[in-house]
Amino acid sequence: MKLLSFTALQIKRKILSREVLTADLIKNLFERIYKVDPVIQSFLTLNEDDAINKAEEIDKKIANNENVGLLAGIPIAIKDNICTKDLTTTCASKILRSFTPPYNAFVIKRLLEEDSIIIGKTNLDEFAMGSSTENSSYKITRNPYNLNCVPGGSSGGSTAAVSADLAFMALGSETGGSIRQPAALCGVVGLKPTYGRVSRYGLVAFGSSLDQIGPVTKDVSDAALLLRVIAGRDKRDSTCADIAVPDYLKDIDDGVKDIKIGIPAEYFGEGLEDDVRAAVDNSLKIYEKLGAKIVDVSLPHTEYAVAVYYIVANAEASSNLSRFDGVRYGFRANDIKGIDEMYCRSRSEGFGKEVKRRIMLGNYALSSGYYDAYYLKASKVRNLIKKDFDAVFEKVDCIVCPTSPVPAFKIGDRFEKPLEMYLSDIYTIPANLSGIPGISIPCGFSKEGLPIGLQILTNRFEEAKMLQIAYAFERETDFHMKKPKL
Amino acid sequence: MSLDIREIEYIASLSKFVLNDEEKRVFVSQLGEVLLYIEKLNQLDTENVVPLVHPLNMVNVFREDEQKESICREKVQSIAPSTMGAFFKVPKVLE
Repeated sequence: MKLLSFTALQIKRKILSREVLTADLIKNLFERIYKVDPVIQSFLTLNEDDAINKAEEIDKKIANNENVGLLAGIPIAIKDNICTKDLTTTCASKILRSFTPPYNAFVIKRLLEEDSIIIGKTNLDEFAMGSSTENSSYKITRNPYNLNCVPGGSSGGSTAAVSADLAFMALGSETGGSIRQPAALCGVVGLKPTYGRVSRYGLVAFGSSLDQIGPVTKDVSDAALLLRVIAGRDKRDSTCADIAVPDYLKDIDDGVKDIKIGIPAEYFGEGLEDDVRAAVDNSLKIYEKLGAKIVDVSLPHTEYAVAVYYIVANAEASSNLSRFDGVRYGFRANDIKGIDEMYCRSRSEGFGKEVKRRIMLGNYALSSGYYDAYYLKASKVRNLIKKDFDAVFEKVDCIVCPTSPVPAFKIGDRFEKPLEMYLSDIYTIPANLSGIPGISIPCGFSKEGLPIGLQILTNRFEEAKMLQIAYAFERETDFHMKKPKL
Repeated sequence: MSLDIREIEYIASLSKFVLNDEEKRVFVSQLGEVLLYIEKLNQLDTENVVPLVHPLNMVNVFREDEQKESICREKVQSIAPSTMGAFFKVPKVLE
């Protein structure tokens, strides 16, 4: 179906010119979802009736020449840890199996104000804890490029859906690489905004000093469009920055002439697979050809980032997830006698293995006698990692490096090896710890035909520049136009 | 740093989990492995480093204390496991 392979901006133009009716588009899209998603398994909940109604409303508005929003008629999928009013939000956890939020997240309110159409909720690692989407309590999402491989995670449902043309765009969330890594593994664009750029109101909290919601799209221009819609001040998230949101599409075609690109040696060391290295080296040649200057830089504390992350993120998670107590919402165990038994059994039966592992680790790191050795130590090293970036951005405009050291790995390969799984986020986690934005864009394929992602990082609130640099590469290449054979 | 079964049981009690013997055994080895990896942070001298607990240089964000409408109580109670009147209902708290 050619129509469904268009980008969001392309389909929006067709909708606005009335070449395509939104209602027909939605019908076509759900036909494809019913045909393809039983194989890919990217959705947890579909929102078909509501989507059809909304589509008809938008068609009417356009027919009557009424003003429509920036995302008019664009079908969008939402990671299932973002609250959608009256639409089940499970976090892929048994503990929230039948949870229907009584309110919309800030980003959902914005999407609806701009006339996009929410088509469903996508699979994730339970509570966004994982790098493969295998930790879902409901289903295992498959990589559209190879059904035996993982889509990455934790936003694997969102990236697989966009990759397989089951959604024109999607929202994901990141705590440690959970948008960029699966975007790289599924051959789509994934953007993590600066911490504070997008409101976290209505995002089920994991690591509150790290979490951000961001776009998953088919190309860089679509990411620019979606970021503009979801970014901006929200009084209900006090960590959300009061900084004006630019039109990210306006100067996206300004090119990279005389832009200084920093190449950190630490991101090209042991563990980086040859095909990934070759694709990134080739990308750097393209940037040089376009007039950018390549500069060697150093981020000396990179090797400590994963260790810092697994203390900080899990300490915050152990505290955030204490709210799941079986009292106000979510799962409560049956046949309980006292309140302590209710807490313990509801949590033990409701949470999956990885979530328990992380809560345990977090509680240990915060517990009396260990706080200084773990949490305080990690917070100090976190500052060293941030200072590394501050120093590098004095000298260069951006950092370019691989998003993930490896392409998509086989389902089951790392599932029972938590540490190995954690290390697949080694190139993405430093940006979360220091709060800077990052984007992953398609930059090649492995010998086995699996997508490879190129990561671009800039200083805080420099998303406009980051998108320009990404767009310059995309305009010169066609990796983003390749589709999986389904 | 390695953990023994007793420490795992203690952390489980802090976390409000009941674990079976198999889970305890697996957690001893998996959490032990992760903690061993985390020990690499001790290679760094951080005596004079200030901890970073938040990525933005933010101070407290205050607002006026305004009266606003909240989500309706019936709606909130409708998603609770058990309610009675205007309250959430829980099992016996005191023996």
